[in-house]
Amino acid sequence: MRNQKPETRNQKILLSGNEAIAKGAIDAGCRFYAGYPITPQNEIIAYMAQHMPEAGGVFIQSESELAAINMVFGALASGARAMTSSSSPGISLMQEGISYIAAAELPAVIINIMRAGPGLGNIWPAQSDYFQAVKSGGHGDYHCLVFAPASVQEAYDLTVLSFELADKYRIPVIILGDGMLGQMMEPVTAEAAEKPQRPQKKIWAATGCKGRKPNVVKSFYLNMGELEQFNLKLQEKYQDIRHREQRYETFNTDDAEIILVAYGMMARLAKKAVESLREKGHKVGLLRPISLWPYPADILKEIISRQPSVRFLVVEMSYGQMLEDVQLTVNGRVKVDFLGRSGGGVPSEEEIINRVRRIAG
Amino acid sequence: MKKIFSRTESLCEADTHYCSGCGHGLVHRLVAEAIDELGIREATIGITPVGCAVVAYNYWNFDCVESPHGRCLAIATAIKRLQPQQIVFTYQGDGDLAAIGTAETVHAANRGENLTVIFINNAVYGMTGGQMAPTTLIGQKTATSPEGRNAKNDGLPLKISEMLAGLAGVYSIERVSTDSPKEIFKTKQAIKSAFKNQMENKGFSLVEILSACPTYLGLSPLESMDWIRNTMSKEFPLGKIK
Repeated sequence: MRNQKPETRNQKILLSGNEAIAKGAIDAGCRFYAGYPITPQNEIIAYMAQHMPEAGGVFIQSESELAAINMVFGALASGARAMTSSSSPGISLMQEGISYIAAAELPAVIINIMRAGPGLGNIWPAQSDYFQAVKSGGHGDYHCLVFAPASVQEAYDLTVLSFELADKYRIPVIILGDGMLGQMMEPVTAEAAEKPQRPQKKIWAATGCKGRKPNVVKSFYLNMGELEQFNLKLQEKYQDIRHREQRYETFNTDDAEIILVAYGMMARLAKKAVESLREKGHKVGLLRPISLWPYPADILKEIISRQPSVRFLVVEMSYGQMLEDVQLTVNGRVKVDFLGRSGGGVPSEEEIINRVRRIAG
Repeated sequence: MKKIFSRTESLCEADTHYCSGCGHGLVHRLVAEAIDELGIREATIGITPVGCAVVAYNYWNFDCVESPHGRCLAIATAIKRLQPQQIVFTYQGDGDLAAIGTAETVHAANRGENLTVIFINNAVYGMTGGQMAPTTLIGQKTATSPEGRNAKNDGLPLKISEMLAGLAGVYSIERVSTDSPKEIFKTKQAIKSAFKNQMENKGFSLVEILSACPTYLGLSPLESMDWIRNTMSKEFPLGKIK
């Protein structure tokens, strides 16, 4: 009892991926949430409805995802840390707002707990919104930072990090999870809760012009040349982010002849396959991109220059979306194979093992 | 000597981009004067729409946020909830408020958000080149109703103010006009009162302003005034709706 504080600090709490994201947001100083219910991310909106008012923030169940993302736009323009969450069809509706947020250089955090598509699809896990998240799903030349957690702890940690980086770069950040991550429960150490975030005051926010010149939050550049200048400024920012924010995890890649490339929950299954294959003497490894934009291209290039005979096997819950970024990076220098299922199907450990064996000959 | 008139502080020195006879410049000024007279310039945050008035912030001397088309009231909702002590208003055209943004408008009103809405109804889409608006009159010719608006194909002019008046969350709705000095004076009073309502936490207040778009009505500025007085206000009667 005497030493209770450190115990509290190390204490783990059992949370679902969805709850961990919502808690991570509040712990990171998020004080505005607007959202519209959609499966499989409803635990986020329910958590926010209960805990956001307790944290002194604003919770609104909006009339649509369009309204949700635009409420977040307003909250960000006010200078607050703000978030919305949805799942694939709802994120499609938010693309207009995300484009405007990117253009107004507002620091949004957007959670997509992906379900299977296209269309209404179904509520099973999928990774088929990769293109939409990573290649900028809305109109115009812009990017969002995109992170893909592979555990509930990482979902919490990356949410906290997302708020920091959103503010740092004034850019929308997307957490790309899937229904499996959202629903499963794991123990979490909520470190950010112990050191509450105090976001810096945003001098550009629309807060009333007392004692200063008026601020305008906007994305319209009508005069000839103005928009091109602005877009070049955005591109410089994106280049900076490409250099600084590539994140990944490698597992048994040093001597690997075949390296699996998988992200999010798919990487958990791929890791199991690597472990089983290693036990049987196969030189197999795993590269798990954590940041999907910027894509961790540097480590791929490094691996190729170190091991010119390496082969990659990209495994996805889609029919080959991240695959294109691997191919682009590899640029024909080594062989790239693909294993993917989509529509609710998940490549199993056994399917991965069989494919690796076939490639290994 | 007593000073009886001075520059409106809430307006910037800027050349107008509006066409001659357009109602926007006039209403911008009325909004600015109301804000000055209430002493709230430094506390005000305006939300500008997509449409001809998108760059209203080039004329206004207070904080502004430019909204995607139709989403002004979603944005305003968040700003007011986070900064309840500030004065938040939206400035929206008929397409913005009553077509693409209908859902955002209805739900902000239904939630009873403590906001002020300046709604410019000029019965036509100006910025895109004179297409049919939700408020275009039956028989009115536009780029997308070349034979005149036809109820069977296009529906009837949407009376969104009357619709909104039926919602319990709405505190005040008034329809005014800009067709004469007398009506312009009334418009200013209505705008001022809609801001006062917010200052007194009374809730959602909307002022619908019948305004001229001579360019796309195909009329001179003076004829446009006559058209508002004699034709448009028959379909959209002036006065306090709620």
